[in-house]
Amino acid sequence: MTAIAWFSEVGIADRPTVGGKGGSLGELTRAGIDVPPGFVVTTHAFELFLAALEARAPVRSKVEALDPADLDGVTALSQELRRRVVEEALPAEVEQAILSAHAELAKEADVPVAVRSSATTEDAEDASFAGLQDTFLWVLGAGETVARVRECWGSLYSVESMTYRLKHKLPEDGVAMAVVVQQMVDARTAGVMFTRSPTSGDKSVITIEGAWGLGSAVVSGEVTPDRWVIGKITGEISVRDISDKHAQQIPAEGGGIVEVELPADMRRAPCLSDEELLALREVGRKVERHYGRPQDIEWAVDKQGRILLLQSRPETVWSARDTAPVKAPEADPLKHVMSIFGGRR
Amino acid sequence: MAEEQKGFPLPSSLKVVPGTENAQAAYPYYTQFVPEDDERFWFYNSMHFPEPMHHFDMVTAEAAYCALGSFNTRVHVLPTTKGIDHRVINGRVYIGGVPVTDPAEIEARAAEFQQRAFYYYEHWERLYDQWKEKMKALIAEAQALPSPTLPELEPIETTHTGKGVAANHALIDTYRKQLEGYFRMWHHHFEFLLLGYGAYLTFFDFCKKAFPEISDQAISRMVAGMEAEIFRPDEEVKRLARRAVELGVDAHFTDNMDIDRVLADLDTLGNSGKEWLAELEASRNPWFNVNVGDGFYHYHRSWNDDLSMPFAALPGYISKIKAGENIERPMDRLVEEREQLVADYRELLDTDEDRATYDQLITLAHRVFPYVEGHKFYCEHWYTNLFFNKIREFGALLRDHGFWEKEDDVFHLTHYELESAIVDLMLAWSSGSQPLGPKRWPSIVAERKAAIAAWTGHTVPPALGVVPDVIDDPAIVMLWGITRENLDSWLSDGEGPENELKGFAASSGVVEGPARVVKSVQEIGRLQQGDILVCQVTNPTWAPIFQKIAAAVSDIGGSMSHMAIVAREYGLPAVVGTGSATQKIRDGQRIRVDGGRGVVTILEEERVLEEA
Repeated sequence: MTAIAWFSEVGIADRPTVGGKGGSLGELTRAGIDVPPGFVVTTHAFELFLAALEARAPVRSKVEALDPADLDGVTALSQELRRRVVEEALPAEVEQAILSAHAELAKEADVPVAVRSSATTEDAEDASFAGLQDTFLWVLGAGETVARVRECWGSLYSVESMTYRLKHKLPEDGVAMAVVVQQMVDARTAGVMFTRSPTSGDKSVITIEGAWGLGSAVVSGEVTPDRWVIGKITGEISVRDISDKHAQQIPAEGGGIVEVELPADMRRAPCLSDEELLALREVGRKVERHYGRPQDIEWAVDKQGRILLLQSRPETVWSARDTAPVKAPEADPLKHVMSIFGGRR
Repeated sequence: MAEEQKGFPLPSSLKVVPGTENAQAAYPYYTQFVPEDDERFWFYNSMHFPEPMHHFDMVTAEAAYCALGSFNTRVHVLPTTKGIDHRVINGRVYIGGVPVTDPAEIEARAAEFQQRAFYYYEHWERLYDQWKEKMKALIAEAQALPSPTLPELEPIETTHTGKGVAANHALIDTYRKQLEGYFRMWHHHFEFLLLGYGAYLTFFDFCKKAFPEISDQAISRMVAGMEAEIFRPDEEVKRLARRAVELGVDAHFTDNMDIDRVLADLDTLGNSGKEWLAELEASRNPWFNVNVGDGFYHYHRSWNDDLSMPFAALPGYISKIKAGENIERPMDRLVEEREQLVADYRELLDTDEDRATYDQLITLAHRVFPYVEGHKFYCEHWYTNLFFNKIREFGALLRDHGFWEKEDDVFHLTHYELESAIVDLMLAWSSGSQPLGPKRWPSIVAERKAAIAAWTGHTVPPALGVVPDVIDDPAIVMLWGITRENLDSWLSDGEGPENELKGFAASSGVVEGPARVVKSVQEIGRLQQGDILVCQVTNPTWAPIFQKIAAAVSDIGGSMSHMAIVAREYGLPAVVGTGSATQKIRDGQRIRVDGGRGVVTILEEERVLEEA
């Protein structure tokens, strides 16, 4: 295994080494769907770094020795380990791999990247408990990128993350973290798309929510997004809720993002055209077909109007429910009309 | 009125518009509200009768409800509903259902229903083929009826053949046969209708449960037939456009042409002109027997009576043909699209059981739908057109004998009154004296004309009487789309943005453009490329002008209407059943039509002024 893997080299089966996000982005790339290019810093890179850390002073054994009830002890160790992850030297193999991949990704120009943790746990709920959802947007430069990768790793040793593992008796041996480094989309509009209705579970419609600027505004709930419901099969747009989008998130000078107020004429203007909605629907259907099940998708439209996918996860809420038949077949099909003619039952 | 408890006024509280009392009293006694009617729920049938009723035109309500009720109550024996009662006040038709609520009676009727209705479903194709033959025979009978005329003396043949019946007898004979035929036509009309809608709605219901957010349009697209007769008139116009190009006479057809001139010119043009005129004749019979409304008013004339509609479409089709565009309905593609739609939705179902039910239901819906789509051409269009034109002939004959001024004045009489006027004329002709009608009818006609005008400007409540907890009458839900939710929204009328009109989402898409408010078919020449058509009723016979317009809005119509189907085929956003678009939207105003949501927005006044 190598320290980094390009999206085109991995798929969903590589989850244990590239994490859920990395595997999904790889899978989408391979399926021919437009994804901003990027690579994954694999769990192998983390393991190499961890080995280097352990060689200098113990890590895992110290965590395992903690008493989860001893908050002071956990906090002290968290501070110590996070400092070490941020400060101690990376193995040359790992550092070099990240730097050269970054150079290739960012080309000569200083292309901004997003650095996002990519948890290897199967269960999204575990991941959120474990605090493994770090995302750093608009990161400029190779040095910054390496620093953000370290921060992602460091989140494994946050108080919440360690406490969670201790409480659930998860062995430290299995704890690893992949990190996605991806070209940043300077989004004109971004948002989420559900290929199964989040409100009714209807599989025949696609719900799209979006707002101006970067998708972080929608995902974090800072801005009430515009919302559309589109027939998955027919393409008809049956719901158009255009909201008052007071602000947008955009890249900050010198890196990171900043929220700015929107001018009056943009606030109530739909952030997507009908053509873009229909194009998104096509992408949504393609991804759903690829995975064979409904998906929750993050997307962005760049300044040139190109649609890019940032993430796709299987829908979990409705899929977990039992599927009772709507109406049982009848030996005599004509009996069905009694549901109309027979009155309320 | 009581603000806290919203309700509809009682029938007894409605006042006849002052000055129209005589006209009101002239409607048949069985259509007048009685005190007991306060106990029931009534709603204004604005879908079928959006305008005040001429006294003669009430025959349509009478004949239709006679037939609808018979089939529901006593032929198919619908378990939960009987027929429809109707009343008229201030020219407006109110109707009330007769629900069956006793569980034992429902059960007994359900057993009958399954024997009877199921027989129809099982033998649908055979019975429907037979139906078409019956309708064609009925139409042929009506066509064979003579024009009512009274010679000065009987022709000598009456003597030589020993005919033994004089010409005045033919008047009552023709009139009664024509009236009888109209009543019979409505029986045929309802022979299949409720069963057809019911099967369709069963599928509709299933889809709504399986796909809670599916649009009505998507469901009707899965069911829509492709070869219904109602599409044919438009196809004929396309054919005539093509023939005009082939024969080299296309230059005669221009926007705002004088149709009589064009016809006269073609007649003198030699073979090519004559050949085109022969083609026109072939199309006219029967395909131009479509009227420009829904067939419920005598003044909704047919294409045959007024060629404006088909001719307005010719220049557009001709220029498309000359530009090499294919204007044929792409049948193969349409069929393929429908099949694909059915397959795609099927694939989304979760269980094998659901797929089996879905297959059963779509099969049944496809089985019944040719009737649902096809019957209108024979009933509301072809036969109704013959019927009103025959009455018009009586109107002309009576006019010629001084009964009134214009042939259409005949429609101010009820069908009973008309029979009396006919008998009056028969008597006068036989006795050689003068009929009394010319002294009686002109003032009555004038009074009723004034009443119609007064009623036109008078608005009536959408419903009357006690609001039922739940509308459980499949006939009312199917035919009028009335649900408890509708009633609640009627009760809260006036809420919501001023500049917005809501209707049925008939065909999706969003378009902005100038509104062209077209109040009669004579005005369609005003439509420019890219206009949004705003009219009272749209139906498939308006299809030929769909090529010109950017969107369509109507006062009346449901999401299952043929117009919706045609609009979808043209990819034209459409909102139907807005109730008041022709009153609220002014000609030339910029409006936005959102056919996917069923919303029409009148855009800022300033913009109108800027553009003016």
